[in-house]
Amino acid sequence: MDLKVVGERKRRYDGLAHVTGETRFVDDLRIPGTLAVKVLRSPAVKGTLRRIDTSDARRLPGVAAVITHEDVPNNAFGLVPDQPVLAQSIRFKGEPIAAVAAVDERTALRALERIAVEIDEEEPVFDPLEAMKPDAPLVRPEGNCFLYDGRPFRRVVLGDVEAGFREADFVVEGSYRTGSVEHAPLETQVSLAVPEGGGKLTVHTVSQSLVIHSALLARILQMDPSDLRIASWAGRTRNGWNGKPQIGFRSGTVGGGFGGKNDIHADHVTSLLALKTGRPVKWRWTREEEMLYSTHRGVWQITIRDGVLESGRIVARQIQSIRDAGAYSALNTYVVEKHAFNVSGPYFVPNILAEGYCVYTNRPPASSMRGFGITPGTFAVEMQMNKIAAQLGMDPWKVRFLNAFRNGEPTATRTELDSVYLIETMQACARKAGVELPPELLAMSSNTPRSER
Amino acid sequence: MPWLEFEVNGQGHRVEVELSTTLLEVLREQLQITSPKNGCSGGDCGTCSVLLDGMLVKACITNALAVHGRKVQTVEGLARPGELHPLQEAFHAHYGAQCGFCTPGMILAAKALLDENPQPTREEVQEAVSGNLCRCTGYVKIIDSVMAAASALGDRESL
Repeated sequence: MDLKVVGERKRRYDGLAHVTGETRFVDDLRIPGTLAVKVLRSPAVKGTLRRIDTSDARRLPGVAAVITHEDVPNNAFGLVPDQPVLAQSIRFKGEPIAAVAAVDERTALRALERIAVEIDEEEPVFDPLEAMKPDAPLVRPEGNCFLYDGRPFRRVVLGDVEAGFREADFVVEGSYRTGSVEHAPLETQVSLAVPEGGGKLTVHTVSQSLVIHSALLARILQMDPSDLRIASWAGRTRNGWNGKPQIGFRSGTVGGGFGGKNDIHADHVTSLLALKTGRPVKWRWTREEEMLYSTHRGVWQITIRDGVLESGRIVARQIQSIRDAGAYSALNTYVVEKHAFNVSGPYFVPNILAEGYCVYTNRPPASSMRGFGITPGTFAVEMQMNKIAAQLGMDPWKVRFLNAFRNGEPTATRTELDSVYLIETMQACARKAGVELPPELLAMSSNTPRSER
Repeated sequence: MPWLEFEVNGQGHRVEVELSTTLLEVLREQLQITSPKNGCSGGDCGTCSVLLDGMLVKACITNALAVHGRKVQTVEGLARPGELHPLQEAFHAHYGAQCGFCTPGMILAAKALLDENPQPTREEVQEAVSGNLCRCTGYVKIIDSVMAAASALGDRESL
């Protein structure tokens, strides 16, 4: 086996097909007779579907099937299974309530206009701080905060933060807010579900989470997960057909994901329609749908309170982070956990109390995006480091050098880091940026144990 | 039914269309030429870019009938048998392609530039691909690739 890879420039395994135009993305697959999908999205932000009449739509020539919440075997999906494929209880504007499969997109769009809908509208809540109040309208019957071990926040504790504040010479407080961000992959959500006969189904997916999605899809369709086959483009089978085969997943060419394809957006709808019609079914989201209704990086409000010594050392750090998850859990509960584990930053602070809240509102669901909650936390913490430096009248580099993890020091979750080299990394960054660091910072090393706090 | 005749990558085609059919729909749905992608349907992202008589156009907002009697080039028509075009070689060697979705359009935007201006500056490359969005690379590797291709083409000329 050739193991001499490190240090060599290797070309991408798929690069040649990319530059010749041979790469087949899901939307590039052509199967004769494939039906096109369009979805009716709720015009109301919050409410209950009192009546939905699809009979006119079904009578339109060229329409093969129309489905609603009544056609979904298990209409709740996600790692926390709280999101319907097609909603009866509506929790955000644009939530899918019916899906049409027709000979082409134009016919499917005309069919949508023939679906009669009556919705009893209810009062929505958009601001997570409002949603946290005891008398707030409920986004979900379970309550507006996800419960971690019975508490409305994920808590991370190191040392004794109150003792740290007593020791501190002064306190620096900062409040930081980040906006919502769309992943904007060049390839929108696309799914092609192909019935293979004998109850088998192959789903050509843009999924970034093939194994998780095959299990989630099996639950939606009420099929045994052990009956799944997962195949990559290379044709390797990871789970063999086991007993009676049902679903095959094909993936491998994703036209950009960035965390926006970690949740099922389209595979459930195409699978249901393919099983219902016995024909290949493709749903390609428009750019407008992608921007408005796909998952996104949720909004964060992060408040940091630091106890600081005159020397520049941080001895206590208390953080409260509030995540606007939107209407459903998606991967938000994990995003908040990972945020809470890491939000204190790459600094050794002996006393930490971090609490992350996952709050539901009537906005489109947020989910994972590049960093799973770490990126907004880093923004907040680094702004806070600058604020500490300004308050001390100290070089912002020095504040970071003084507090940077050294080899062997523990993180907030008590992981001992044996090979950090953050000081050396910052020295190299300064050099590359043309910043002349003072000799005392250039003399520092991650291998020198901290002599005092 | 309206129809048109045009050339794609040197091959003649006659296709029937509706008045509202776009060039992108003809290429992808009728001729099965799938390197031009549908990224936005609105002429914003550039991933559907093709060359029309050598000029860079966005196929998603080009009416199919406007192409009657003209020549279209896509990335499928760039390589000679057994030999990649220098732009293809450079995008492969210099990591100009990551997910690959914008790559065909990006390479054609670069070709339109090099056909006019064989030795561009990095700023000129940046300007030339400014109508083509890439979400993966941050553009640096794309510009590296175009500069490397320009240099390879220059070496070839001087031989």
